[in-house]
Amino acid sequence: MTDLPTLWFILTAAIFAIYFFLDGFDFGVGALQPFLARSEAERRAMIRTVGPFWAANEVWVILAAGVIFAAFPHWYGTLMTALYPEFALILLALIGRGVAFEYRAEINHRRWRTFWDVTSFVTNLLPAFLWGAIMANMVRGLPIDATGRFDGSLLYSVNTFSVLGGLATLSLFILHGATYLLLRLDDNDVLHGRARRAALIWGAVASALVLAFVYQGFIRTGLFGTFGFQEWLFPLAAAVNLGLIWLALTLKRDALAFAATGLTIVFSTATIFGSLYPNVLPSTLGDAYNLTVQNTASEPYTLRLLTWVGAAFLPLIIGYQAWNFYVFRQRIRAHDEKIPGGHD
Amino acid sequence: MNEILGFSTLDLSRFQFATTSIFHYFFVPFTVGFALIIAILQTLAYRSGDPKLENLTRFFGHLFFINFAVGVVTGIVQEFQFGMNWQGFSNFVGNIFGIPLALEVLMAFFLESTFLGLWWFGKDRLPAWASLASIWIVAAGTTISAFWIIIANAWMQHPVGFEIKDGRAVMTDAWAIVTNPKGLEWFAHIWAGSLTVAAFFVLAVSAYHLRRRANVEAFRVSFRVALITALIGSGGVILAGHEQGQSAVRDQPMKYAAFSALWDTPEGNQMPESLVALPSNAARENRFELSVPYVGSFLAFNNFTEKAKGINDLQKEYEAKYGPGNYTPWVWPVYWSFRVMVGLGFLMLLVTLVYVWRWRQGKLDDPGRLYPLLLAMPLAPHLANFSGWIATEMGRQPWIVQGLLRTGDAVSQLNPLWVLLSLAAFWVVYLTLIGLDVFLLTRTARAGMHEPDVETPSVPAPDYVPEGARA
Repeated sequence: MTDLPTLWFILTAAIFAIYFFLDGFDFGVGALQPFLARSEAERRAMIRTVGPFWAANEVWVILAAGVIFAAFPHWYGTLMTALYPEFALILLALIGRGVAFEYRAEINHRRWRTFWDVTSFVTNLLPAFLWGAIMANMVRGLPIDATGRFDGSLLYSVNTFSVLGGLATLSLFILHGATYLLLRLDDNDVLHGRARRAALIWGAVASALVLAFVYQGFIRTGLFGTFGFQEWLFPLAAAVNLGLIWLALTLKRDALAFAATGLTIVFSTATIFGSLYPNVLPSTLGDAYNLTVQNTASEPYTLRLLTWVGAAFLPLIIGYQAWNFYVFRQRIRAHDEKIPGGHD
Repeated sequence: MNEILGFSTLDLSRFQFATTSIFHYFFVPFTVGFALIIAILQTLAYRSGDPKLENLTRFFGHLFFINFAVGVVTGIVQEFQFGMNWQGFSNFVGNIFGIPLALEVLMAFFLESTFLGLWWFGKDRLPAWASLASIWIVAAGTTISAFWIIIANAWMQHPVGFEIKDGRAVMTDAWAIVTNPKGLEWFAHIWAGSLTVAAFFVLAVSAYHLRRRANVEAFRVSFRVALITALIGSGGVILAGHEQGQSAVRDQPMKYAAFSALWDTPEGNQMPESLVALPSNAARENRFELSVPYVGSFLAFNNFTEKAKGINDLQKEYEAKYGPGNYTPWVWPVYWSFRVMVGLGFLMLLVTLVYVWRWRQGKLDDPGRLYPLLLAMPLAPHLANFSGWIATEMGRQPWIVQGLLRTGDAVSQLNPLWVLLSLAAFWVVYLTLIGLDVFLLTRTARAGMHEPDVETPSVPAPDYVPEGARA
């Protein structure tokens, strides 16, 4: 492929898809914890399902940002400046979340743990919502002027469409977290049963919100009508997947349920990026000001270099990260565990 | 609205960048040096099969873990703020600056976070050699990460391998960027500095327990390993720093003049160096100065006959070259932070040498009369790092990319209110985090090797007590 900007646009979309897939269940587990876990043992079990993984999962967003910076510098600066408050909140939340994961177990004191539980809940909820709002604003477009500067007020990015986008990702991630728990918790636990019920409920909520988001996008501006080929493909795939989740939950096939929620996230991300192309950030002030894959891309020399290092390291990273998941593949038991001094 | 409470978006963005970088940098060098020390300790444990050393490794690993979390999460802010607050910078340098940043993630961050998890949580699941390999991979990852970010920063101070095309810098020679002599010197300095951060921490913790005669056999090992690390670190920092000063005279003469508060080019054929000075940007001279002849020439050129240009001459040169404007950094913070850094560097070397001497005397297991100083010493490398960054980053103002892009042209056009709010929020979060980090580190370090509070069979909890010892 000689069109390196397009290749890197596809890879950026893929990196975001992997990030949402991986950190999505971390967010979901964090958001579900106060509702599913009723004892200290159960809370610990839920945290341990993501314990060895969250840090490496989160690195995918650092990679996504790094790749946009290197491959599409103009997009990087404009997007993050325009959605400054959203990104600032995401960063603050990611700080709180990472520390909550690590510091909660450091002191065995009830108030200490409660403080981190509350922090964890809020800081998992926030990015899950904000990523959807950011994606929605990217598709919808922002007032970008001729110089590539954002020319709008803060409130521009807060609108029905972006709120709906935020709620859609939030509910999808919660659902994804629930199916992840089905796969990772011991299936004889009561906690496992609660996760199954949560998956059913959030499956319904997520279906409704995702469809509402697509409908709103389609009706408003025909945002999702610009694929060029087979515009129905990704929304249909997302819908089929939601159906699959219900089927898997009824059949008690945990791995299938998790795969289905994961694929829904992947297809949703593909829908967003597919509908953006050939833009990366449309301007609402006029098509001439659109940031496109081509006009924001770095020079061929930089992109070629990036392609070589990407080709060398991405397979390796996916390999050892998969091995990491394999090493910690055992399901986690919440009960019959010895937790000295750990009871409430 | 371009200002809030008298601060412009530029002021606030600079303050936010400094806040994030300095805060992030409390954790990063610690991670770089500490991972290496732990990897060495675990290698000793692996080779001797001594469970005491295995416990020692887990104990220091626990302290490492407490720091690592904060290092990771603050690193994300560090990366995003280039886009958020420095849109002009992102546009101008993305072609070049983005590459080392992406390489840092691809080659280092994934390694560190994956293999640290494997090392810490996978202790019971991995064979001993795989656990040992994991911690070495973490150590390598932290070092690779430091290398790439220093290469990126060095490019801003000394741009190489580029051309200007349509008003932005475009890469023409990646190899020149990777082998930027400035970058390699800095990497040596930064890496040696990282060793001192971890070494003095391990020295203090080990001395604390040696003093209490707790697990003496184990802590004397960590004390020795840390002492050798401190020697390499503090010696290396000074040697690399000396090299850096000399390259600054060539590449960033204004910065070098500010380090020395050298307003006017010396008249004779040698250069004195001031021991103490009160520089004034308003008067463009030192209000007070105490200088030693020849020292400046030696520091800058390794001889006693050469001299560097003074700030006032450089200002005139820059005006002729780049047009009217103020090219003089704010001298007194640069001058004084530089001196604090150098002073602390020599203090670290001195303390290290005292203990090397005690080692030769066979008195190492007793921290001796310097014990209170040893407990305070972990602050010294942190303070030196802090001052070093102030000196080097303030010293290159008004340039964000030396000679190519001014800081004022790099900043995003943001509503200052949002920057102020985010700045305030970051301050609250950072201060909380540093308080918690210091609290947890002190608490865990003082507790020494003990049984874990929590045990669970599914995933091992922080555990550095061997099976036999757990009654």
